[in-house]
Amino acid sequence: MEKYLLKLADDSLIMAQRLMEWCGKGPYLEEDIALTNIALDELGQANNLYELAAKLSDDKKTADDLAFLRYEHEYLNAHWVELPNEDYAQTILKVYVFAVYQKLLYEALANSEDKDLSVIAQKSLKEVRYHYTHAATWMKIFAGGTEESKERLTDAIERIWEYTQGLFAKSEGEDQLIDLNVAANLDELYSEFLKIIATDFHQFGLEIPAENHYMQKHSRTGYHTEYFGYILCELQYMQRAYPGCIW
Amino acid sequence: MATLDMWEVFIQTKPGLAHKHVGSVQAANSETALQNARDVYTRRQEGTMIWVIPSKYVVSSEGMDKEAFFDPANDKLYRHPTFYQIPNEVKNI
Repeated sequence: MEKYLLKLADDSLIMAQRLMEWCGKGPYLEEDIALTNIALDELGQANNLYELAAKLSDDKKTADDLAFLRYEHEYLNAHWVELPNEDYAQTILKVYVFAVYQKLLYEALANSEDKDLSVIAQKSLKEVRYHYTHAATWMKIFAGGTEESKERLTDAIERIWEYTQGLFAKSEGEDQLIDLNVAANLDELYSEFLKIIATDFHQFGLEIPAENHYMQKHSRTGYHTEYFGYILCELQYMQRAYPGCIW
Repeated sequence: MATLDMWEVFIQTKPGLAHKHVGSVQAANSETALQNARDVYTRRQEGTMIWVIPSKYVVSSEGMDKEAFFDPANDKLYRHPTFYQIPNEVKNI
């Protein structure tokens, strides 16, 4: 169970960390605030999930220990959230795909047999529904905008689509949790995901990625992309340099 | 960003109350204007409803003859409904 919670929390934490890189540098003031709002929502979700994981762990770790003091191979997030922001089209693509995934995930977890998890899911669902609306709006604008905006978006899709399936990779022991109706059934979620992508992409006027598109493996195994070490460096710097520091 | 328009934002703090002007946002279309207004002006639960209106449709009295426009109301006290007792139960007047 702890691994499952960590996988969910790590996704949100790293997504938040990546989006925060845009803080103060967004394309214009309003969108800067919109994106950092999303980052804050994700950070809040990570916090709730780490708190729950800390409560269940028997080695007296706190939520902060879990977020800040693990090593690279102990993080169970999907590769998708680690990928760099690049331009705004890729950032929006990352938010959009992640929102579709989280929407399906939290809808399923809202009915989880684990009451704590179900409460977190119900609260988070409202947040990610908005993330979806916001990101989908921008997907539509980029796809139907200028030649350049469309090209940037399709370039981003070509560049990182192979990491999408990794979001649906299972953590160790997850199958048992699915049998107990605690965790969401990811195989079902993935086929729902593909359906939503097909409908949306059609509406955006984008080419739907082929079903047999090459997909990267090993998300959520502790193996990461080359970008991950740098994220942790920045994320953990304060706690590593000044152990136990608070402010 | 040359293609962004200004939008005026109005927020209703509670159902039944009037929408109040709170400021403006930049946005490319009505959909993003509404989302931007939500993100900039309702982060601390300020409202239950938002209106956005393109600033270009606001007609202002700015530049008109202020004296002719406003001064004649100066000495017409009888226009104020101050001679009524308002029951304590009536809120929001």
